[in-house]
Amino acid sequence: MSVDANERPVRCLVAKVGLDGHDRGAHVIARAFRDAGFEVVYSGLHRAPEEVVQAAVQEDVDVLGISILSGAHNTLVPKVMDGLEAYGALEDTLVIVGGIVPDDDEEALKAAGVAEVFGPGTPMAETVDFVRANLPERA
Amino acid sequence: MVGRDADADGTDAADTALSGSDATLVESLLEGSHRALARVISRIEDRTPGYRAIVSALHDHTGSADVIGITGSPGAGKSTLVDKLALALRDRGDTVGVVAVDPASPYTGGAVLGDRIRMASTVGDMDVFFRSMSARGRLGGLSMATADAVTALDAFGKDTILIETVGAGQSEIDVVRTADTVAVLVQPGAGDDVQTLKAGILEIGDVFVVNKFDRAGAERTRAELEEMVHRRDEHTGTSHPAGHHGPRAARATGPTDDGYGATDPTDDGHRADDGVDEGPSPWTPSVVGTVAETGEGVDRLLEVFDAHATALRDSGELAAARRRRHAAAIRALVRAEVGALANDALAERGGIDALAARVRRGETDPYTVAAEVVDPIERCLERAAEGEPSGSSGSDAEPSGDRSSEKD
Repeated sequence: MSVDANERPVRCLVAKVGLDGHDRGAHVIARAFRDAGFEVVYSGLHRAPEEVVQAAVQEDVDVLGISILSGAHNTLVPKVMDGLEAYGALEDTLVIVGGIVPDDDEEALKAAGVAEVFGPGTPMAETVDFVRANLPERA
Repeated sequence: MVGRDADADGTDAADTALSGSDATLVESLLEGSHRALARVISRIEDRTPGYRAIVSALHDHTGSADVIGITGSPGAGKSTLVDKLALALRDRGDTVGVVAVDPASPYTGGAVLGDRIRMASTVGDMDVFFRSMSARGRLGGLSMATADAVTALDAFGKDTILIETVGAGQSEIDVVRTADTVAVLVQPGAGDDVQTLKAGILEIGDVFVVNKFDRAGAERTRAELEEMVHRRDEHTGTSHPAGHHGPRAARATGPTDDGYGATDPTDDGHRADDGVDEGPSPWTPSVVGTVAETGEGVDRLLEVFDAHATALRDSGELAAARRRRHAAAIRALVRAEVGALANDALAERGGIDALAARVRRGETDPYTVAAEVVDPIERCLERAAEGEPSGSSGSDAEPSGDRSSEKD
């Protein structure tokens, strides 16, 4: 029933994982998402993978954007993916990674379930469009 | 209007019956699935078809949680205090739900929900369920969505539920009013802040918190607040025989004295304007000092919350508070439904823009247009009233049936 005719906004979590204090990129992407009409939950700095999972599950986000510049993506990102799986949240959460990720690692991350990896200099519009085009279906 | 008829009868299947998958969802929530709880809150927020049946089904399992609303101006320290409160509640074994409401951009509808950043003390603890909610620019619907989210958290089994919202504007006031206990947060030296409290928020506070109590001017701010609470007493107080230091005041205040202590200006006529008051309210609004950053005074604040909860139960005021919450829910539902009907009627007449253009061209005027839109709805109501003479006041009866399981 159309109590509120608004289209459902995209909900996303922008998360910083691990010992990485550089959050300008995360802030910029959070703003870009907000300006695209998304509802953005920002995790804050230095989150452990399980905290990111907790936030993603509780906030029931469509998109999880992990910003990682420390090089520890091979360790941290799979932990997040496993956590999402444990809560049954993996299949309808679009996980994207932003930061500095070598090409070889990118393949491994994608194999682990990451939808896309965005390196430095990616135009904001490209990321926003990707999210819109790849939103998971909601049961 | 044809498409709406089924709804108006309250027989819309999607509305009243729980579909198979939704029944599973409700079951998972009641069994303690965090994912199901999160999904139910999303359904509530999005108002997706069938969400009402879900909330109705959950309603039977509610009533055990203490609901505390926390409001105050931006930067007063609400999120930090909520974090420390959650920690203190967890320390004594309570499970916690938090609903944090942030504003949305009026232009894009987008929002950055930042309250979660402050939840540092209880991270990784799934027994604290924190949910950020955007105001999404919906009129009146926000308090509805918040109240329904609280229903979900309550049914899930959370012992204490905190609602956090910026205290600016009527919709936020409506949000915290859905709580049993309302705490209003102020920071020291905020002389003008205290002034702004006069416009509405002063009346709804059960507890006033002077946060950042280690800063200069804290005592003064507390004194000002106390004075204002006294004045509120003088303005509204007619029915209470007890003086400022009467036995009731002493009982209700609980923790007292020392620098951070709660004080006891006498409350009066507290929300008595609802016409559902059950005799004199025993509660005296307290003024408590805290330093949320360090957690100082938080335990005492919890004691005051407990004292208020006890006072509510002992006096029967809790039943009144819950009834107020349900009344607000019914009212909001009816308004939203009638508003939707009106929107449909507007769309049928060419849409609001076309109608406005006609007014601008001098072809008609806003009053005539409004009457044209509303008259058919009114006639339907009249017909419905004639059809079933026993039926109570028309539209009010229908959505309340949705929540017929409500209990005080």
